[in-house]
Amino acid sequence: MLVHAPILAIAVPLLGAFSLLGVSYISRTWRNVWACLIAAFTSAMAVAVAIRAYTEGVVVYALGAASPTQSVTAGGFPIRIVLVVDGLGAFMGLIAALTGVVALVYCFQYLREEEGKNLGLSLLLLLWAGILGMVYTGDLFNFFVFLEVTSIAACALIGYRVWESRPPEAAFKTMAMYTLGGLLVLIAVGILYGEYDALNIAYLGKLIAGSPLDRLALGLLLGGLLMKAGAVPAHMWAPDAYGEAPAMATVVLVANTQAAIYAILRVVFTLYGGALASPGIGWLIASLGIATVLVAVLMAVVQRHLGRLVAYGAVSQLGYMLLAVGVGAVARGGFGEVALTGGIFHMINDAAAVGLLFLVVGAVRRAVGSVDLLSLGGLGHALRWEAGFFLLGALALAGIPPLNGFASKFLIYESTFRASPILAALALLASILLLAVVVRAFQGTFLGPRVREASPAPRGMLVAMGILALVIVVFGLFPGFFIERIVAPAVQAVLTGREAYLAAVLGG
Amino acid sequence: MSVVVRTVSRVVAPVALAFGAYVIMHGHLTPGGGFQGGAVVASVVALLVVAFGAERWRKWTHALLPLEDVGAMAFVILAFLGLGATFFRNVLAGSGGLFGAPVPRLGPNPGALNTAGTLPLMNWAVGLKVIAGLGAVVILLSLFGREDG
Repeated sequence: MLVHAPILAIAVPLLGAFSLLGVSYISRTWRNVWACLIAAFTSAMAVAVAIRAYTEGVVVYALGAASPTQSVTAGGFPIRIVLVVDGLGAFMGLIAALTGVVALVYCFQYLREEEGKNLGLSLLLLLWAGILGMVYTGDLFNFFVFLEVTSIAACALIGYRVWESRPPEAAFKTMAMYTLGGLLVLIAVGILYGEYDALNIAYLGKLIAGSPLDRLALGLLLGGLLMKAGAVPAHMWAPDAYGEAPAMATVVLVANTQAAIYAILRVVFTLYGGALASPGIGWLIASLGIATVLVAVLMAVVQRHLGRLVAYGAVSQLGYMLLAVGVGAVARGGFGEVALTGGIFHMINDAAAVGLLFLVVGAVRRAVGSVDLLSLGGLGHALRWEAGFFLLGALALAGIPPLNGFASKFLIYESTFRASPILAALALLASILLLAVVVRAFQGTFLGPRVREASPAPRGMLVAMGILALVIVVFGLFPGFFIERIVAPAVQAVLTGREAYLAAVLGG
Repeated sequence: MSVVVRTVSRVVAPVALAFGAYVIMHGHLTPGGGFQGGAVVASVVALLVVAFGAERWRKWTHALLPLEDVGAMAFVILAFLGLGATFFRNVLAGSGGLFGAPVPRLGPNPGALNTAGTLPLMNWAVGLKVIAGLGAVVILLSLFGREDG
């Protein structure tokens, strides 16, 4: 059973997504039980894969072969689709498992039956399967397919509230950007396939020599993935999407965005880690990262829609990750290792903090029916737990010690300073601005005299928020423990694990 | 649409359906497969929608949407069958029986159609999904924008 864990983590939510509608004909209770079983099994498989990847090294699973490890033919040519999970993939799988479980716990009492809960649950599982596929696959075309699976599921979830005017618009905007990004990735895959007759990432990584076509494919891949990630200047879909999607979907969308960052790491360090390991790519990514941070934070200052405000905060956090990835690609070792540690650790911190904020925004929208900061106020009297969770998430997002955002951001500042003090100063400035933004949002929403009645969120939603709050506090109090256990192997997989990755797939 | 279009559609639709079915069922041997054949069949749906109006096919969507799920589930379950070795392992190939006929030796032979194991079954599953999914999309899109969509 456990030997099949990588594919089960992808196939079971996929099967769950398709069977959920059938089960919902029987009864709603059975549908909920079924969704919970699928989620529990999927996250158990993701954890099992992570444990194997952390303890035994790179996990390879060849689909359709006589045995899971038989990834190449007798001549040494990788003919099958393979799943390859190294430390980084395992880490991303853990993030996906965390966000998926939280989203599912949250949505049972958040979505209403009459608005299409069946479809919402089904799409959520589909998105989850897509993300796990993106981070586990070792095949470039397969990666593109899962990228499209997440795109379709994400767009449908963003447009979930079809009866309002803005969600369909946000979904359309997102679909346009995702499709364009996916197309760029597809063209890059086509170029590489035409050049090398192979789609296996490890095999391509061995062959890529840095020809002009390779460089073109690298540019297209990075362009498509940065669009998917929502980096400036292709960020305009992200605030709409995060602001309008149902709250539980946004949490998984954040993980989806991070899967794009994962893919950038995979492309830069594994696929192109041999021939085109030039610091220029790192500087490009780092400068796009700092531009994302600054633009997003400045845009967050002027928002009055609480969801969009938090969404711009989420985009800015993505900029920090890009900055860290860029600095890591500039240095590759030394302070680059510190940067990657910060960036990769920031992924799970960001998923927890931003996810918590979005869940609170969803609870506020559910309780009051509006997220306009000018009409909100005094909600802290009625929504006590939500107010506390929002403050916790906001401070973690802004990087206030002892919460988890501080630990990872501090690593990013420190290493960026070694690469370029100006970038570090700008990143720090943006962080201060972000603190002002979230404090204003907290004050405008929860503080002040009681102006209206609001019913607190049901227990299921509070439990989901509580899980993320727990992650924020525990990761903030014991960052060393978690960095050593789960982040460091991921960083090593990026920096020095390329040979092991290639050897695991292609054999000795 | 005019009587010419409707008459021609009546003639062409069965032929196109047969061609789509051929592309699906023969997909493991010749170019094609579930997706391509399913798209051909869905184009028949488009033809019928254009010729006879979308309103007439509205009730079909209720049948097509569950079928799409069935097709998708069948595909994943067929892949699960191989789990004794690996996911997607072709367990039926070479096992005798209807789909597991032994692969003939190279050289002239009268042809062996059913050597591909689970592949034709997977093609059927994908074909079902694509027919149902694309067909429902075509019908729903052509209904879209009328009184209630």
